[in-house]
This record gives sequence, C-alpha cells and structure tokens, in this order.
Amino acid sequence: MREAPRLLPRWRASRWAELAVLWALLLAAAAAAAFIPVYALGADTQWLGLLLGVAFALLALGSIVTGKALVPQEQREEERRSLDHDRDDLDIAVYVQEADKGITRGRLLKSAAGVAGLTVVGALLVPLASCGPFLDVEQLRRMAWRRGRRLVDDAGRPLRADEIAVGAMVPAFAEGVDRKRLDASLIVVRLHEGDLRLPQQREGWAPHGVLAFSKICTHAGCAVSMFRYPLFSPKVPKPALVCPCHYSTFDPARGGKVIFGPAGRPLPQLPVAVDERGELRAAGRMSGPVGPSWWGVQEG
Amino acid sequence: MRRLALVVLLLALPATASAQSSGRQLFLEGCASCHGFDARGIAEIGPDLHGAGASAADFYLRTGRMPLDVATGEQPLRSEPAYDESDIRALVHYVGSLGGPSVPDVHPERGDLPEGQQAFTTYCAGCHQIMGEGGVVTGAVPPPLKDATPTQIAEAVRIGPYLMPAFDEHEIDRRTLDSIALYVQRVVKHPPDRGGWGLGHVGPIPEGMVAWLLAGGALLVVARLIGERMER
Amino acid sequence: MIYRVVRYVDTRTGQAPVLKKLLRYVFPDHWSFLLGEIALYCFVILVGTGIYLTFFFDPSTQQTIYHGAYEPLRGREMSEAYRSVLDISYRYKAGLLIRQTHHWAADIFLVAITLHVLRVFFTGAFRKPRELTYYVGVLMLALAMLEGFAGYSLGDDLLSGMGLAIAYSVLMSLPFLGANLALLIWHGPFPGTTEFFSRLYIAHVLLVPIAIAVLLSIHLVTIVFTHHTQFRGPRAREENVVGTPLWPGYLFRSLGLGLSVAAVLFLLGGLVQINPVWEWGPFEPSQSTNGAQPDWYLGWLIGALRLMPGWEPHIGHYTLIPNAFWGGAFFPTVVFGFLFVWPTLERRITGDHGYHHLLDRPRDAPWRTAVGVGFFTWVGMIFFAGSSDRVFVQTNIDYESQIHVYQALVFVLPFVAAFVAKRVCEQLLRSEAHPLRGPGGGRVRRTPGGGFEAVGEPRGQSSGRTLSE
Repeated sequence: MREAPRLLPRWRASRWAELAVLWALLLAAAAAAAFIPVYALGADTQWLGLLLGVAFALLALGSIVTGKALVPQEQREEERRSLDHDRDDLDIAVYVQEADKGITRGRLLKSAAGVAGLTVVGALLVPLASCGPFLDVEQLRRMAWRRGRRLVDDAGRPLRADEIAVGAMVPAFAEGVDRKRLDASLIVVRLHEGDLRLPQQREGWAPHGVLAFSKICTHAGCAVSMFRYPLFSPKVPKPALVCPCHYSTFDPARGGKVIFGPAGRPLPQLPVAVDERGELRAAGRMSGPVGPSWWGVQEG
Repeated sequence: MRRLALVVLLLALPATASAQSSGRQLFLEGCASCHGFDARGIAEIGPDLHGAGASAADFYLRTGRMPLDVATGEQPLRSEPAYDESDIRALVHYVGSLGGPSVPDVHPERGDLPEGQQAFTTYCAGCHQIMGEGGVVTGAVPPPLKDATPTQIAEAVRIGPYLMPAFDEHEIDRRTLDSIALYVQRVVKHPPDRGGWGLGHVGPIPEGMVAWLLAGGALLVVARLIGERMER
Repeated sequence: MIYRVVRYVDTRTGQAPVLKKLLRYVFPDHWSFLLGEIALYCFVILVGTGIYLTFFFDPSTQQTIYHGAYEPLRGREMSEAYRSVLDISYRYKAGLLIRQTHHWAADIFLVAITLHVLRVFFTGAFRKPRELTYYVGVLMLALAMLEGFAGYSLGDDLLSGMGLAIAYSVLMSLPFLGANLALLIWHGPFPGTTEFFSRLYIAHVLLVPIAIAVLLSIHLVTIVFTHHTQFRGPRAREENVVGTPLWPGYLFRSLGLGLSVAAVLFLLGGLVQINPVWEWGPFEPSQSTNGAQPDWYLGWLIGALRLMPGWEPHIGHYTLIPNAFWGGAFFPTVVFGFLFVWPTLERRITGDHGYHHLLDRPRDAPWRTAVGVGFFTWVGMIFFAGSSDRVFVQTNIDYESQIHVYQALVFVLPFVAAFVAKRVCEQLLRSEAHPLRGPGGGRVRRTPGGGFEAVGEPRGQSSGRTLSE
C-alpha cells in the first residue's frame, strides 16, 4: 500500500465536542431502545413519537457537532468547468444530420415515421377509454325525480307536509334511490306562504310554503347543509340556504336564486305536491340540472 | 293530613304569586325596553314573548344571550348570565306564564352515541362544524358547543334561536335528541384526540400554522446553525 | 480497511477517480441553500412511512360495518378505505404515529419547497445555465401539491370527500371536454365507483412518486453539472466555487439536517394531531361540515374559489365558463404559467443572456424583487382570503365584508407592495445596510497622499446587466 499525501488541513477537535457527540449518540441509543418495549406495551402515540423524535434529534445533534466541530474544518476553492463546447456541439449536430445524406425521400420518410409513431401511441392509449363513460355526458342530466316519487327523510320515512314547521330544515331523499347519487338528495324548508316570491312558471310548486331544492351546490358540488331562518325577522338577514364550502347563498323564497357567493346558477328546485295521505311527492322534474355546472348545462 | 296540605298550599300560593310578580318586576326593569311592558314586543326592536315559553327564557337567560349586548352586534352571543339563579327562575316562571313550551326534558344517558354522531352530522355539522367548534353562515356565527349543557342543546334545537332553524319532534324525536346531546357531552366536550394536541379540531388551518411556524421555524433555525452566512 | 473496500470496488468498476472527485466536491454552504435539502429529506420520509401505510390501507369503496375500537362510529356503514384508516389509527400500535408523520411530512415538504422556490426566485438562481433545473423544480412543486391532495383524499372521510367533490366540479368546469374527462376519471358521475379509488391509489403510491423521483434525479444531476450557485464574497467569483467539501464537513452537516427533519417529523407525528379522520366521520355526498378546508398548500385555491363573483358566461345553449373554472383551473394556470415563463421573460426584458453563477441579493435586482413581491402578494392575499370564515369565528369581523374587501384590494395591494419593495431595494443599495440590522459601516484605507479611500468592490454590480433600470 502506497503512502498517500495528507489532503486535509491539520486539525484538533475540542474535547467537549467529542464528549458531546458521545453523549448524544448514547442517549439516542437509549431513546430508540426504549421505543421497543414502549411499543410492545401499547403506549400512546405521543410516547412513541417522543422517543423516536428525541432519538433522531440526538443523532442530528451528534452529526451536526461532528460536522462543525469534530472533523477538520476546511473551505475549498475550485474552478468551474466551462459549460460551453461549441465545437463539440456542432460536430454532434453534423454527425447526426449526416446519417440521412444518402437518402432521397428523406422528408417523406420522416413524415411517415411521425404519422406511424403518433398513431401507434394513440392506439396504445385507446384502452384508457374504458376508464369511464366519457362519451355519455347526457347521463349527467339523469334525474332520480319524476312525478309521483315520494320524498323520504334521513331515516327513510315518508315526509308529511303537516309535520314540517315554518322555519324547519329537513334533509330528504328520493325514495328507493341510492343516496350517494347527487340527484337523489334534497333540502326541504318551509316558509310562510305570504313570503314566497317564486317565478311565475313555478306557481303551485310549494304547497303550504314547503320548498324542495337539490342539496348539491351548483358551484362545486358540496352539500348545502345550512339554512338560516330568522326567529325575529326585522333585525336579521332573510331566510337563505347557504353552502359551507364557499358560502354560496341561495334565496328559497325566490326559487333558489343566488344572492351571494360564487355560484353561477340558482339551486335547482323540485316541484312538490301533497298526496291524499298528506305525504310529499315530486310533482315534476327539477327546474334545472343538479350539481356543478358544466359545458352542457343550459340554464332555466 | 288534608289540613297540612291546605296549609302548604296556602303558603305556596303567595310564593308562586311572588315569584311571578318578582319575575314580572325583573322583566319590567330589564327586558321591557325591547320586549314591551306587556311582553308583546316592540316593532323592529324585540319580539313578542307570548308563546315563547319557559324553554326560551331559560335558554336565553342561562346562556347570557339575553339581555342582548348590542355592542357585539346583532347576534345574541353566549356570555356570563346577567342574573343569578333565583332571578333566572323568576323570569323563566314569568315568561312561562305567558304560554309556550316548558323547559325540555333531555337524557343523554338514554341516547346512542353512534346514532348521535350520525344525527349531528346530518342536522348540525353544516353550521356548527362536525366537532362542534362553531362555524359561519353568511350573516352569523353558529357558536361552538363546548359550554352547552344538554338542556341548552335541547332548547336550542327546539327553538331555533336567531338564525338557526327549529327542529320539532317530528324531525328530531326525543330519542334522537338524547343521542345528539350525548354526542355533544362525550365527543364535543371530550374530543378523542388520540393523535396528540388537538389544535382546535378544525383541520388544516391550524395544521398549516404548525407546519410553517413550528416545523418551518425549527428547521430554519437548524439550517442557520448548520449553514454559513454570507461572507463579508 | 477503507482502502481495501475502495480497492475492491475500483478494480471492479473503475470509478475511483469519480469517487475521489466526489469526495472533494465543493458545496457553497449558505444556510438558504439547505431549503431544497429539507424538502428532499421530507420526500425520503414520505416514501418510507408511505410504504408502511400501504401494508394496511385498503383502497376500496366496498361498504362494511365498523366494529372497531372507536365507539362513536360503531355499527356505522362505511367504505373499506375509511375503515382501514380507522384501523391504522386505532387498531395498530404505531399506525397513528406513522400516519401522522406521513401527513406532517407532506405539509412540511411543501413548506420547504415554497421557501426554496422563493429563495431561488429572489436570488436569480434560475438564470442561465440553470433554467432546466428550475423548470423541473416547478414541475415537482405542481406534482407535490397533487400528490398531497390525492393522499389525504384516499381516506374517504367527510372532509376529503368534500374536497374530491370540488376537484370533480373543477374538472367538470373545463370548457367543452370537462364533463367527459370527469366521467372518464371517476368512472361515472360523482361520487364514482371503487375504480376511482383504485386509480387514485395507484397514482398516489406509484405513478406520482416515480415521477417525482425521476424529476428529482434530473434536478440533482443538473445541479451537479452546472455546480451550485453562490453569493459573491471575498473569494467567491463567477469563475469559481468556494465552500465546504463533501467529505467530511458537508456530509455530516447534511446528515444532521436530514436527521433533524426526521426528528421534527416524528415529534410532530406523535405529539401534534393531524387530520383526525375518526372525528370527521365517513363521507356521504349528501353531507357536509362547516369549516372544511384543504391542506394548507391548496389554500390559495379555496381562496380563489371563494373570492370569484358568480360569473358563469353562456354561449348559445351552453355554459361557456362554469364558475368553478376561474378559481380552480384558470387561477393556478396563471400562477404556474408565470413561474414557468419568468426566466424567459426576464431574459427578454434585460437582454441578459450571460451565465450567472453568482447570486443576486434581492436588493441587487430591484425590478425582479418588485415583480416577485407583487406577484406573491397577490397569491398570498388570495390564500388568506380562503380562511376568512375562521377569521369571522375568531374576531367577529363579518365574512361578507371580508370578501368584499379582499375583492377590492386583491389587484391593488400587489402593486403597492411591489412599489414599496422596489423602493426598499434601492434604498438598501444606496446605504449598503443590512435589511434588519442597519448600516454596518464600510472599510477605509489611508492613501499615500494622506487622505482616505473606500476599500472593496462596490456591491450591487454583478456581471452583465441587472434588472435595475
């Protein structure tokens, strides 16, 4: 073995630094070792995190003190290599381009290669089409609601008109429909009939002041789960349905019109009617598409 | 025995009468300026209390929401009750005499915790936040529920104070109300913070603050210790 | 002993000269150069803890009834995905520690990247020859944000489910093709089917981590090729690199930094709760909670979504721009577009096509600093607007008023901030004061003639033109 020249500067580490690193390493080992029985005994997450965190912190301390006070401290200076190799770059470009010097239909072949490449890659991507019914956007208009469908409450019981008080907020669903569907969920509220200001074509949509709206916000799809209804009217804002995500605020008295917030479309209203048993049923289709807006949404 | 009962009754009558009259006295002093001397309300100022019931009086007075502190704005907010126990009882008695629901009977211990979690999510979380930490509706602050007693929960659910909707027994029956009160008692007041410091149970905002201030701060200090500074 | 090992490796690979060069490699070691490293170590811990979590997580929306230790959800119907996260948190001894460490690592990964991007921007480190490094970095920033979102959405809890509904809506809002893409990715209308979770899962545990790892490697390799930048100093010039060699000094410091990151993350993972999904409950599309927020690094998007007025322009029978598009798609495109385009833009404006291995102090490039301050103020304001509801809860300052104030100021304050920043830079250049500590004085020397003259090169003049007209 040859004798190598000394490369690092002469250096003497301080004794306290050596001791500090030693202690740090030993304590780290103790903490990590303690972790094992503590884990086995099923201790709280807090103890597990504390022991492991402290072990790492001590290791970190040891490493940093080593780096700054134990090993030789050296500042080196190095020349940067040039990043510019114009001659070589040119040679490479010429070398690559020379390959087709003997070809006559070069451009045609290159175009054909391009077309072939694109189509083959395209073909490979085609099976991704099975990922979802991306051609069938019309299903987004599909409605769980049609005339006669009964409204049920959270427990599955049919909603009775006479059981909904003025100022109440009742989450409801379409009977017999998967509750996860966006078009299945409703929020039903009741106002004084005299306070209604529904658009003309919605006359009769709210018997006894019972209003049913889609629960899914037309802005970004969250459930509109807030209903503000003043106990004492003159002093406070009027009744409204509010979405907790971005605070789109809808006016139920005026058919779900947006009165604040980023929603660009009113909350769709479902016409309801009271059947001969006093239960609430849909009296037709929703006033507009349910859920967040998309290209094909035509507002009504 | 009957004579004893008669004596007790005779002694109690003035007491109830005096409770009512002292309640009325307190009402005239502290409440009539907004609710009117006859408690029929003053237009634009304060509502008619006929039909509000002992339930409403008990709720508003015990949570210190009434008398209304106009300095804090329109919304009645929870604060230290302005009246002591006997005065509250007197006022509740008086308002109750004007008609309306009595203080509700609620038994959290009879409720079912998972049912309470589900019902709370469906009816309450949209405004009060899933862990009862309070929230926002445009125009008001649905308050946090940490300080609410089961009775106050039941009262608020049935009354629908300020901008809150009211839920009657058709919508939230007694058993469900017991379960909701149980959820508040068990989970809202004793959050299951298995992961450590709960940070207010509202999710990413305080978490982000910890990431930036605690972790970011600590790691910047470490980086400063390790790295050098600019040579001068 | 070491000699024998090195000899063995060299005689089989021939790499001794490379190793020799590597060990002596010089790292300029200003503390602000360590921010990217902090991000790197967060990534390492993310992968490690993440692998552990994959041993327990079940990415399926198959419904099941919970019978575990968390009482408020017993008997509740939920997806296997949510159930498996509950089990990680409640059933397995160190599950919650690893889960929380993983989530904290993600949040802090992005804190480090953000600080690192700011450092790179304001010191002009993205200039030639480092544009490639920079583009790769911006790409990694975008991927890291998406990765974090995917990660916490896998749990199928109430909070993250609401986030997925919003993501779905933003995708739906893309003109012409939005709905088609959304149906493709979600395997049908929201909430989709179990296939969606399979895809989210594989994207989160395989595809995006591999992409980040590859980009990270390219990022590091380009740094080695161009060698790290440095601040001007007594010995530091354009043509050299001054600093600490890898062995032994830098290696132990860097290791120390990595161990510190691990320490911070495990301490947080055990002591500070993050994303307690059992408290949120399982996701149902018909339910929501107040105070729902995305993780901090997506706060700029919720702010944008909340600030946009309800414009939804139509064209004929079609909705041209559904509202969620502005805040959810247009705004991030503008922000990332700016980040990508800036190096080219700066080069065009200053006409400076030279190499820059020396960094600017922010004051050395008043225009760049001003534009940067203005831009990040704009993004920052929108970010803070996103938490105005909790500000309302804490301070009673009305939510609607806050929104209106933000809407009015969001395009005014950035210009004010930019103006102020430019002024501060120019002032600091004149006085050569430390930004926080004030003037430090200069050095003077007695001349033979008896007078005094200033010593040292005047600062603020790096090679080539700067953005200082």
